[in-house]
Amino acid sequence: MTITGLNEQNIREISKIKDEDKWILDYRLKSYQLFNKLDMPKFGPKIDIDFNKIIYYKDKVNELDSSWSCINPSIRSEFEALGVISSEQYMSGMGVQYESEVIYHNMLEELVEKKVIFTSIEVAMKKYPSLVKKYFTKIVGTAENKFTALNGAVFSGGSFIYIPPNTTLERPLQSYFRINSKAMGQFERTLIIVDDNSKLHYIEGCTAPTYSDSSLHAAVVEIYVGKNSYCRYTTVQNWATNVLNLVTKRAVVEENGSMEWVDGNIGSSITMKYPCCVLKGDNSSGKCITIGVATHKQILDSGARMIHIGKNTSSTIISKSIARLGGNASYRGKVEIKKSATNSHAMVKCDSLIVDKNSKSDAYPTNICSTKESSLEHEATVSRINDDALFYLMSRGITKERATELIILGFIDNFTQELPMEYAVELNQLLSKNL
Amino acid sequence: MLEIKNLNVSVENIKILNNFNLQIKEGEIHAIMGPNGTGKSTLSNVIMGNSRYKIDKGEIKYNGVKINNLSVDERARMGIFLSMQNPISIEGVQNSDFIRTAINAKEEEPVNLYEFMADMMRETEELKIPEEMIYRSLNVGASGGERKKNEVLQIKMLKPSFIILDELDSGLDIDSLKICCKNIKEYLKDHKDTSLLIITHYPRILEYIKPTFVHEMIDGTIVKTGGMSLALDLEKHGYNSK
Ligand SMILES: Nc1ncnc2c1ncn2[C@@H]1O[C@H](COP(=O)(O)OP(=O)(O)OP(=O)(O)O)[C@@H](O)[C@H]1O
Ligand SMILES: [Mg+2]
Repeated sequence: MTITGLNEQNIREISKIKDEDKWILDYRLKSYQLFNKLDMPKFGPKIDIDFNKIIYYKDKVNELDSSWSCINPSIRSEFEALGVISSEQYMSGMGVQYESEVIYHNMLEELVEKKVIFTSIEVAMKKYPSLVKKYFTKIVGTAENKFTALNGAVFSGGSFIYIPPNTTLERPLQSYFRINSKAMGQFERTLIIVDDNSKLHYIEGCTAPTYSDSSLHAAVVEIYVGKNSYCRYTTVQNWATNVLNLVTKRAVVEENGSMEWVDGNIGSSITMKYPCCVLKGDNSSGKCITIGVATHKQILDSGARMIHIGKNTSSTIISKSIARLGGNASYRGKVEIKKSATNSHAMVKCDSLIVDKNSKSDAYPTNICSTKESSLEHEATVSRINDDALFYLMSRGITKERATELIILGFIDNFTQELPMEYAVELNQLLSKNL
Repeated sequence: MLEIKNLNVSVENIKILNNFNLQIKEGEIHAIMGPNGTGKSTLSNVIMGNSRYKIDKGEIKYNGVKINNLSVDERARMGIFLSMQNPISIEGVQNSDFIRTAINAKEEEPVNLYEFMADMMRETEELKIPEEMIYRSLNVGASGGERKKNEVLQIKMLKPSFIILDELDSGLDIDSLKICCKNIKEYLKDHKDTSLLIITHYPRILEYIKPTFVHEMIDGTIVKTGGMSLALDLEKHGYNSK
């Protein structure tokens, strides 16, 4: 069963297939109305989509299972080739989404005992409706932009995580998203709740093969970080260069809590993504380390947002953009220190490396500080590949291509250092292959 | 080994080297002394192939092959090494990764990681370089002297056959200079065909590494050639004393 085109009937059909409760269908229909009312984003790259050509839903290839042996062998081997299955050993748990549905979920027994929940959003809506309702759409509003509304109307798949109070996960939880059909839309919806005094590292990976028809990825991620809790969300997106990647990610951070986004953008034709921390509680902190590596006609419009509300809050944004071979990697970010956020501090550092004349990197920072008792620092650099550095490396026998690669990888080393070992190795290999 | 004939070089349209001639045979050690701005570093850069320096006339031959138009990395892979007057730093490029990449660029088979690390450990210890320097970004936060030691470390790891030391001695403290020279001498002992071109302002380094010839260079050309006594003479009386 494949559902193509956007209309009320199709939305009802998706809801029916999922056998949803009424509140969810109502929510979808309300979101669809909002979608029709809202305009395309008024900033950033021009987005050209024929919403009626997109596939909004593709039936399960598999029932959700917790054992790879129960997964359709051809799909299993696809994930084997991607290294997804072998990476599971480093994780506390793993989920896999294929097209519209989550097909695999598994977690360490000890976490089940600790009452950690890691499942798909659909299962969570059925099994834990009151927990879901408490946070769902409370962090990212449906009317926020055209694509959050679209996600509300047709969302399918995505992870639901609940970490109970006083629980620390030693190893990360990972979700892997794969689009495999052309003109496919993936609209996952992720909700993560890290209750008080707890700690989570969540990793998200995504890929898709290249097709002539563009695919659309419009996800919404909501994260709640409770008092004294810590959450880190690591993503490296390597979508094919015809995927439109328009994602809204936000975390609300309570007192003494801490949220970190580690956000890598390498693939997609256009990306618009600005992970956000709302520093609501006093003494809370937020950090975002983001990189964009744009090649050919790619436009990566990414950055971060930090909204300071609580007292003594602090935030850091580190953005590294690399543009080469006609790519455009730009920083767009917002830091706002509200009047209430006294004694707070924000730091923004964005560096871009423009490798050749045909490439572009711009910065669109918005920095607002509404109280004299707080401070905001902004630092930006634009650089080119340094001839002296190239000469030095080449004078030791390294070819120009490899020397350039070393300099570029060095430029984003701050980011790579933040990744788990296997990911760092993979990222370097991926970039070497692309460079 | 190295043969430079009638070399004329300019930088940003200013002529620096003027009918420069020099011949260095296998196993020889040459020293060049000369006033600031006379073109010593220009000479070393142009031998290495830095594209900022333009050859207007003349030729450079290495082991019988004209290298005027070879790229920097090709020259390096032929065995030419330039220990730079001011080695730069590169953020995010780890020292050991960089050296290993450079070795692999020369060799057909990639080096065994274990053997490579063992070599690195041994050489850093010989040079009294703190071990953590291996894992740091190339020369980032390193002092002038530490950078010079890192150049000598690279000599020992990359095993070149023609080495230019452009003012190795400036920036090194007395003990470090001794250690570096000791290491270079040991390297030369094990690699008898390797030649050396030492650019310096002070005879001290030449007391550790005895030169076969000393040249006095003025206004982009060699004006006088002699032995160790010329170096001492220059120190005493200055350049171009008639
Ligand atoms: N990249 C460059 N751009 C412009 N001028 C240069 C450049 N490199 C060298 N020069 C000029 O060429 C001349 C020779 O410089 P070079 O560095 O070769 O001198 P040197 O003999 O090594 O001096 P020192 O003893 O001070 O190291 C100087 O006048 C210098 O200013
Ligand atoms: Mg010089």
